[in-house]
Order: sequence, then C-alpha cells, then structure tokens
Amino acid sequence: MLLSLFGVTLIASAALGVVYGVTKEPIARAEANKQELALASVLPKYEKLGKVIKVLPVDGKDSIEIYPAYSADGEEIASAVKTYTYSGFSGFIEIMVGIDTEGEITGFQVLKHAETPGLGSKMNEWFSNAEKPSQNVIGRAFGDEEFTVYKDGGNVDAITAATITSRAFLDALNRAYRCLDKAWEADAQSGATNQIDDNQREDDAASSEQ
Amino acid sequence: MNQWKNFTKGFLKENPVFVLLLGMCPTLGTTGTAINGLGMGLATTFVLIMSNLVVSLIKNLIPDKVRIPAFIVVIATFVTIVEMVMQAYIPSLYESLGLFIPLIVVNCIVLGRAEAFASKNKVLSSVIDGAGIGLGFAFALTILGSVRELLGSGKIFNFTVYPENYGMLVFILAPGAFIALGYIIALINRLNKKNA
Repeated sequence: MLLSLFGVTLIASAALGVVYGVTKEPIARAEANKQELALASVLPKYEKLGKVIKVLPVDGKDSIEIYPAYSADGEEIASAVKTYTYSGFSGFIEIMVGIDTEGEITGFQVLKHAETPGLGSKMNEWFSNAEKPSQNVIGRAFGDEEFTVYKDGGNVDAITAATITSRAFLDALNRAYRCLDKAWEADAQSGATNQIDDNQREDDAASSEQ
Repeated sequence: MNQWKNFTKGFLKENPVFVLLLGMCPTLGTTGTAINGLGMGLATTFVLIMSNLVVSLIKNLIPDKVRIPAFIVVIATFVTIVEMVMQAYIPSLYESLGLFIPLIVVNCIVLGRAEAFASKNKVLSSVIDGAGIGLGFAFALTILGSVRELLGSGKIFNFTVYPENYGMLVFILAPGAFIALGYIIALINRLNKKNA
C-alpha cells in the first residue's frame, strides 16, 4: 500500500519535473514578450530602454517601475510607468502608461484587473476613444491638476455605470505621474538614483485618496 | 460495450453539464465568452483522457484503500502539466481562465470518471470514455459560452454579430450564466425525451 502510493507520487513528480524543465523557458519568454508588447504599445517609437527605476509611492506598499525610453541619438523621449491601484471595484488594477518628457500621456494598457465584464472591463477602449475627447486621456498632459472624474468635479468623463473603476483607473495614472515626477526631480539633483521615497507629495496623495 | 455508443453518450445522453449536472463551478465561471468555454473544455478533456488512461493502466497495482489519493495524484499531475503548457504557449487563454485551471483537479467529473469508469474498465474503453465525456463537457461549455457572449455582448468567438451596446449585460455576469444554463438544460431534456 505504502509502496504503491510512493511509486505513484514518485512517477508523478518525475513527470512534472520534466515538463517544468521543458516549459520553463517558453514561460519566461512569454512573460518577457508580454512586457515588451505592452511597452511598445504605450510608448512612441523608441530605440532602446534605459535602466528600470523603482519608486515607492507614499500611499502604497509596492514599488512602481519606470522604464525610460531613448531615441536613437540617446535622448530620453518618454517613460513607461507600470502603475497600480487597489481601489478598483474588485480591488487590484495594474496599468502600463507611457508618459513623454512633457508629462503628456502617449498611451496606456491595462495589464491586470478583475473589474465587472462589460462595465469596468472597458477601461482600455473607453479611455483611449479618440472620437470622445471628454473620456480620452491619451494626449492629455499631467499638469498642476490631477485627473479626476466629472462626478468629483474633475476633467475626465467616467465609464457609464462604472464610476468606481474610472476613479481607480485615474488614481493609478495620477500615482504613475507622481512617481515619475519624483524620479525626474531626484534625477536632476543627483544623477542616477534607484530607490526614491515619495515623501514630499504625502499631503497631495492623502487628499486625493478620499 | 459498443465503443461508438461509449463515445457519443457524453454529448447528449450523459452530458456531464446538461444531464449529470456535474462540474458546475467551471461551467458557470468560465463561460463568459465562447473561446474561454472552449479552452476550459479542451483542457478538461485532455486531463480526463490522460487520467482515465493512467488510472485504467494502474488499477490493478493500487490497493483499494489508497485508490482515491492515488487517483488524485494522477489527476493533479496532468492538471499541472496542462497549466504549465498553457502558460508557456497560450498565455492569453491562461490569463483569462486564471484560477479555474488548477481547479480542474477538484472537478468531480474527472475523479468521477476515474472512479466510476476507468478503475473498472479496459484501457481502450476508458480512453474513449474520457474523450467522449471530455468533449461533451467542452461542447456544453462552448454552447453556453456562445449563448452568453451573443446575448451579452453581441459577439460569437469575438466576431461581432450586432453592436455591443444592445447586449444584455446580465448574461455576461454570473446570474446570466444560471439563466442561460437553465434554458439550455430544458431544451436538452426535451430532446432526450423525444429520442427515448
């Protein structure tokens, strides 16, 4: 009895080991591929990517990753920011957003979400609809004002019947810009920096969360 | 038993979803679109065929007392293989099915066929039984997924039939799954009664 159960588990684990070895590389490639596709879709045409910068936002536990993109002559043209929010209708949403050196959004892609199908899940199409300037965020610049939905007296038309998702989406975008701004400032002061604390904007962040 | 009958019973007469009402969790959870339903169905079919094959091969080596844990180990192995292969070669489907792939392990159709059929029958008929029930499951999930996708978002397999705005959103959400499933079961019952 013991022996047969042992034999079954032994063979099973050997089989799994083989399959793991075979699929390990394709899995890693698929993930890298996905990342590359996301970067290409949110950034303007770029030659190469710089070193990844990690910034810890004040109102979150996880770092936000910034991928600076350079043109052929080595000039920084834009950055892709992998940002997130926990305030979606079903919690976590992860978004890749491209922001050029002027603070203008060049593109975005929702990477991970669990929003209601047919309502909140329309983020990708809704906020990039070129025919509806009131809801399109691409081409808009982050300025002194942060993005908020009309309902909160803001400047972006929320997804019909998915205001909470829309708020979360804009929250993630704002967080991306805050961190990128922080990274720029630190860069201007000290050159290369990897880990930056986002303390200065604490008050802003706290008030925008409400 | 006639092998052809053994194979086709999974589609209408003993369809795991519409007649036996087994495996309701993935049925309701993954059929928001036809393609997800089909993917889930085919993944389950593979697990069913392979676990039926292995279980019928080792049925005489396994003492009765430990047969359930042994079967579960076999099933879990194939599910993990499916999961890794899917993650490597069809990452988009892997992402949209998410947690439901590892949950195939506890799908009662799979253990049910291993226990009720494969552990008592020869290798060939076990494999055919696995294929029949598995494809029946995939067939059911695809039908349910198509109906829900068509009514909910006006598409079938991502092919637009009518504008999405006219869709009844409820069919994409969980309650719509129950409603659509109920009507399809009624229809299948009617068909089965006529045949009988």
